Amino acid sequence: MNSLMVDVGERSGEDMDPIRGISVTGTGKRYAGIPVLSDISLKIAEGEIHGILGENGAGKSTLLKIIGGAVMADSGTLRLNGMPIKISSPRDSIAHGISLISQELSLIPNRTVLENVFLGRWANTAGLVKGRRDREHFTALIRETGFELDPDMVVSRLSIGQAQQVEILKALARGATILCMDEPTAVLNEMEKANLLRVIRRLSAAGTTIILVSHYLEEVLDICDRVTILRDGHHISTADASGHTPESLVSLMVGREVDFLMPDIPPVRPGAVTVLEARGICSNSVQDISIVVRRGEILGLAGLVGSGRSETLLALFGADKVSAGSVAINGQRVQPNSIRDAIKAGIALVPESRKDQGLVMSRSVVENIALATLGIRSAAGFVRGVAENRAVADISIAVDLRGVRAGSPIAALSGGNQQKALFAKWLLAPPEVLLVDEPTRGVDVAAKSRIHSMIIELAAKGTAVVVVSSELEEVIGLSHRVNVMRRGRIVAEFDRNASRDDVMASAFLK
Amino acid sequence: MTLTTSTAPATSVDTPARRKFEPNLRDFGIIFGLAAIILFLALNTTTFLTGQNFINLFDQATVVGLLAAAASLCIISGVFDLSSTATLASSAIIGVMITERFGVAAGFFGALLAGTVLGCITGLVVVSTKVNSFIGTLAISIIYRGLAIVLTGGAIVSPKPEQILAFQTWTWPSLFGLTAGSVLMLVTTIVLGVVLWRTTFGRRIYAVGGNQEAARLSGIRTGTIHVAVFAISGLCSGMAGMILASRAGSAQPSMALGVELTAIAAVVIGGTSILGGQGAMWRAFVGVMVLTVIGNGFNLLHWDTTYQQVVTGALILTAVAADGLFRKRNR
Repeated sequence: MNSLMVDVGERSGEDMDPIRGISVTGTGKRYAGIPVLSDISLKIAEGEIHGILGENGAGKSTLLKIIGGAVMADSGTLRLNGMPIKISSPRDSIAHGISLISQELSLIPNRTVLENVFLGRWANTAGLVKGRRDREHFTALIRETGFELDPDMVVSRLSIGQAQQVEILKALARGATILCMDEPTAVLNEMEKANLLRVIRRLSAAGTTIILVSHYLEEVLDICDRVTILRDGHHISTADASGHTPESLVSLMVGREVDFLMPDIPPVRPGAVTVLEARGICSNSVQDISIVVRRGEILGLAGLVGSGRSETLLALFGADKVSAGSVAINGQRVQPNSIRDAIKAGIALVPESRKDQGLVMSRSVVENIALATLGIRSAAGFVRGVAENRAVADISIAVDLRGVRAGSPIAALSGGNQQKALFAKWLLAPPEVLLVDEPTRGVDVAAKSRIHSMIIELAAKGTAVVVVSSELEEVIGLSHRVNVMRRGRIVAEFDRNASRDDVMASAFLK
Repeated sequence: MTLTTSTAPATSVDTPARRKFEPNLRDFGIIFGLAAIILFLALNTTTFLTGQNFINLFDQATVVGLLAAAASLCIISGVFDLSSTATLASSAIIGVMITERFGVAAGFFGALLAGTVLGCITGLVVVSTKVNSFIGTLAISIIYRGLAIVLTGGAIVSPKPEQILAFQTWTWPSLFGLTAGSVLMLVTTIVLGVVLWRTTFGRRIYAVGGNQEAARLSGIRTGTIHVAVFAISGLCSGMAGMILASRAGSAQPSMALGVELTAIAAVVIGGTSILGGQGAMWRAFVGVMVLTVIGNGFNLLHWDTTYQQVVTGALILTAVAADGLFRKRNR
């Protein structure tokens, strides 16, 4: 199988290309000015099972969504069997036989399996639904896939694996010949997974093209004919799966030059006392988390999206319900499941999402910064305005929040300044333990390095810090130690000198 | 996303006092609207700009004004209280019944207490069941109206004849000739306005309404805030019930039916966003005055009052649409 793209005379060459399948040429996409995909060219043959791999943020889901018609590319062409096609709505993709099955399933929970499978396309005569014909069609689809599904079951009562089967049936019922699947096995148990992989093979044998994005390398190598690797939005390689090992995939995925300099971090003082000690924390999303952080130490939590990093921080902070385990600050046990007690004990959380968890977007900069420590600057329930303005002005200088009016709405600030404001909010009462989730997501380079040095300064002053980041350089460069999480557990620990490959490998591999 | 460099780094954050006054249509449009209506009525009638008419205006605004002040607090904190007038009816009835047995002062106090307790119960139910407040308070309002019927057997209750004069205290003229009820409404609005504007509780109300999860992660007890807001709403309903009963000299289960929606409309017309986290108390007051002045104008001009409803409805639509429009433009 020749997978090389011919660059010269590409158009005329492709139009006459006898190979049937789907291809993208020169595809690019930007979000808010930041490129997430650049000049991707890729051809996938009919009936092929094609895996798209990459680190967090490499652009693989975006590429899948462009092929699947859920996202419009800024540049480049999409061709089906050599013919350029334009997809601007879900209706268009259905018409071309392309179906996208995303991680968030798009079923109507209160309706039956049968109604969902034929959603909006029920067999009818002048609007009157003809149930019998749909039922026959359903039986045929069941035979084709080997699924066991009760057509009259209400979707909300199905397991997640069964719901996914309904999505696949829905795609097939619409005559899909190209199935784009985003992390199809992430939420399945072993049996459902084996079942899904079997169905994928069967569909592929019958001529359906399957494109899937997955974090699970063994699985990808097991099922895919060919794999494409993306890194930082660039196409790195497309090759037969048989020529790869999990290790070779990892090295292609991470083989990147460090593109920014991390500042030096001062070593933890020998004999520094333990500040944060968590033992055996269990919640809905994490299992048996034990963490120790000393005075002045920065602990990094690495792992894939969904591995339980953010949930670990939320559990430590008392925001996610904890079913077992204990958290102690300076030897004092913290009341579990109480954010107020965690704050009182000196824990602060700069959460993952500024918009959803961090800031009240309808309020001003000063109100947001003051929010967590209102009680400190109040008299008889009244906010002491002068004290507040002074405290906020001081802390704003400390976090380098320049040229910002305290009274202006926080929504008007840049991402970097919003993130600084979020830090300022928690530094108004200097914390013993600072939990930081994705400290520099969506901020510009200058703000990024400022935030990094801020975290390092805090640690140098004695704060114990836990940093979660999807950027491997960041989490390694910023931490004294790195713990790697996988499926809700801590699976490995590295020191500062760990190589990216080793950390990546333990996050991806068993 | 560039880093703004300040000319004077030492004072990089301006204090609000130094902020320039920048009025814009979204913030103050409704005041111009009210001024325009007032100007129109002043020019076209001889009766509008008289002391007695203003006393009437404020008296007519009393009940809606109290309910709108409470609704404003609720909406800013991210909830609706559709049970406010059911609470009003129940507490007015309880107030009258206590008056009959223990005298007028005890009756007034009883009405306020009943309103607060009912509001507290509403809050506890909505917070603990996590029901959408719109539906939750709708159901509770039906229960409270039912309670009112149970208490009275469906009849009108009134104080003893010799108590009537004292019971009608709230209709008596007081400060500047305004009725005592109007003064109570104005004082309540000002007090709640200051609470919202200046206290930590007020700040927390805005935060909970603007982003409940961010408020929770800042250590704010979001449930407690909501229960407190419902309790205040109940207290305001109790006041409004007391004044309404005082004016009529009696109370009955169907009192102020539907006025809770007028109150919400007034809040929205004033420019408080129904999405929560934004708004101010003066807006509720301006909204109430707009509705009241329009009603007043129709009377003074001898216009057909049927059209008053059309105008009111159109005004609410305009206010909400304008809010959405400005919101979109500002993003």
